[in-house]
Amino acid sequence: MKKTLLSGNEAIARGAYEAGALVACAYPGTPSTEILENITQFKEIDASWSPNEKVALEVGIGASFGGARVLVTMKHVGVNVAADPLFTLAYTGVRGGLVLVTADDPELHSSQNEQDNRNFAKFAKVPMMEPADSQEALEYTKLAFEISEQFDAPVFLRSTTRISHSKSVVSLGERPTDIPQPNLDRDPAKLVMLPGNALKRHLIVEKKILDMEEWACKQPFNRIETGTGKVGVITSGVSYQYVKETMPDAAVLKLGMVYPLPKQLIRDFAANYETLYVIEELDPFIEEQVRAMGIEVIGKDKLSLCGELTPGRIKKQLFGQEIPNVDTSPELPPRPPSMCPGCPHRGVFYELKKAKAYVSGDIGCYTLGFMPPLSAMDTCICMGASVGIATGISKVLSEEEKRKVVAVIGDSTFLHTGINGLMDMVYNKSTSTLIILDNRITAMTGRQENPTSGYALNDLEAPRVDLEQLCRAVGVKHVTILDPYDLEMTGKVIRAEMARQEVSVIITTKPCMLVPRDNQNPRPPLFVDNDKCTGCRACLQIGCPAITWDAKLKKAVVDKIICTGCNVCKQTCRFDAFQECGDK
Amino acid sequence: MSDVKNILLAGVGGQGILLASEVISEVMLLAGLDVKKNEIHGMSQRGGSVVSHVRYGEKVFSSIIPEGEVDILFSFELLETCRYLPLMRKNGQVIASDWQISPPAVARGVLPYPEKLVENIKQQFPASVVVDGLNLALAAGNPKTVNTVLLGVLSKTLTFDRSLWLTALERMIPKRLMDVNMRAFEMGCGEA
Repeated sequence: MKKTLLSGNEAIARGAYEAGALVACAYPGTPSTEILENITQFKEIDASWSPNEKVALEVGIGASFGGARVLVTMKHVGVNVAADPLFTLAYTGVRGGLVLVTADDPELHSSQNEQDNRNFAKFAKVPMMEPADSQEALEYTKLAFEISEQFDAPVFLRSTTRISHSKSVVSLGERPTDIPQPNLDRDPAKLVMLPGNALKRHLIVEKKILDMEEWACKQPFNRIETGTGKVGVITSGVSYQYVKETMPDAAVLKLGMVYPLPKQLIRDFAANYETLYVIEELDPFIEEQVRAMGIEVIGKDKLSLCGELTPGRIKKQLFGQEIPNVDTSPELPPRPPSMCPGCPHRGVFYELKKAKAYVSGDIGCYTLGFMPPLSAMDTCICMGASVGIATGISKVLSEEEKRKVVAVIGDSTFLHTGINGLMDMVYNKSTSTLIILDNRITAMTGRQENPTSGYALNDLEAPRVDLEQLCRAVGVKHVTILDPYDLEMTGKVIRAEMARQEVSVIITTKPCMLVPRDNQNPRPPLFVDNDKCTGCRACLQIGCPAITWDAKLKKAVVDKIICTGCNVCKQTCRFDAFQECGDK
Repeated sequence: MSDVKNILLAGVGGQGILLASEVISEVMLLAGLDVKKNEIHGMSQRGGSVVSHVRYGEKVFSSIIPEGEVDILFSFELLETCRYLPLMRKNGQVIASDWQISPPAVARGVLPYPEKLVENIKQQFPASVVVDGLNLALAAGNPKTVNTVLLGVLSKTLTFDRSLWLTALERMIPKRLMDVNMRAFEMGCGEA
């Protein structure tokens, strides 16, 4: 068997392939994005980006009802968006196996919260598998499809950042050759969830969970590894690896399925050990259920509810062992992410700050408008929230203050869940201003296509949503198209629309600098004419990574290797010190 | 777990850190060892600090290196090197390039770039090798081969057969860039 190094995300994609999945859909979100990107290498699978996670799951449900195996992937907060179909899908069950990947982000490496989606499994009554490395990610994906069809239920596969983005050695298998042809099969009593039908289905769901609980006690994915002492540990997922690292003598009950829990197996295991730990990241999900069985454990009384676990944190929190730090370095300046050189968002935030706008922000690269020196974002909650929040805050402010409120959202986020907020703005006569930063790509997650791109997953050409027409169609009378590299015009338009007593939308039109197909005609980089630069530092206020302050010269310096020639800095300079390379 | 060795790679987004960690992991796989690697991406493209953990041995559990157990800090930028020194083992070794890239507050002139960092590294970890990676890469013919220069240094420090490194490089680097990368690798070997 071929051995190779795969990330958890690559292994999940491979698992879907080896399980004979025919359809895969997703909305991009760190740390889940690479699953779908990797699935595109398997031409047998119809893979597509959906406009949001709810649509992705609904497309998945349709494919399953047609009889195909389908993989749906999203980040943890995406499941909030997909929760509506999910809870009722638990009632209908599936036809072809349906596996829903939730990629959680303990430690918030790239997220707005660190919710523990194991709770969704219990809440929605959907079984959940949790792999501990890439080999298990592949095997559990295949297993999840089997379980889905065996128990007629959608199945969660939960990953975390450290599983999705870790590589480990994997043995590959093959794709089955006898995949059944999907077809129509009407079954309204099972699939039409009116109260009369749904009530009956609910009884079936509850029985299913009890059956699975008993079945799971005898499955090899819930396994006991014997130890040499009187200590037992119940754990799952990445925490298992940290337990093996830090407590090599302990006996371990390693749970591959975290919902429903194998209660009898847990009882039998617990009876053998004087001291029992439950070691898990975030919520006491396993711990509370074990305690409810009347079993005493050590867990979240010592381990933090916040952040991810590490071997060092387990040693410190459980056993009070401090890791010696030998370092004597001076305090170091931080290196946070920032908008790229040439990013079309930069000028908009520079002008919003100058206009003293109260910026209702959203999720995307432009959330970096919060960072100094731009420092032009006042709220950020979740995908699409900028629009509703701007409407709501305007309701309660004085006439003078409400003019300061501006919502800012990207193209992908606007189509994800922002459009509903805009309908509300128009329908309920808000006077706010909305800026759509249309760079034609879902940039923050690594440049995935969306319905404004003109392209679909895998670079295939696709129809393009016309955002201006869309805004006009929902009733916005004032839509301005703006070149965000023109600072003077950007400032003028922002001020005019802020003052307007009606809903208005500003759409910026420049593409993300990192998408080659949208940047065919590069502009020459700039340099600073030292005779003209007075060292006033005005250009440093745009926060461009290509401009550095030379403390010895007391002048600004442009790194011409990364400068894109967007000319935004040039427009902040009163002394005409920025020149195009090749000018002289 | 005493046989497990830990290499922490650090630098700034765009320096080729992830490719270097792919090459190192591939060498370990070719040597028949268990290997795990872990990194945080997502925000890294936006010029933020990037780290990648590589662990290898008979059997590796955690993919992140336990705090205080880094054997080799393999680093591409001076300030980032110092940022991860607290994770080092007491008798660990630093293999680094002295390349300096200003973080945002330094670029804006708000904070100075800290001084005497190389001296600080060598004082704490005497076995360390700090090379002028950028100039060596330029001499090899491409400033983007700093990562390969450092891999050359690393290959001399570790005890794996040279042929494993060459095979791993061939697998991970596009053919058209192979010549310049081989020159960079040899330059690194000469620095160790």
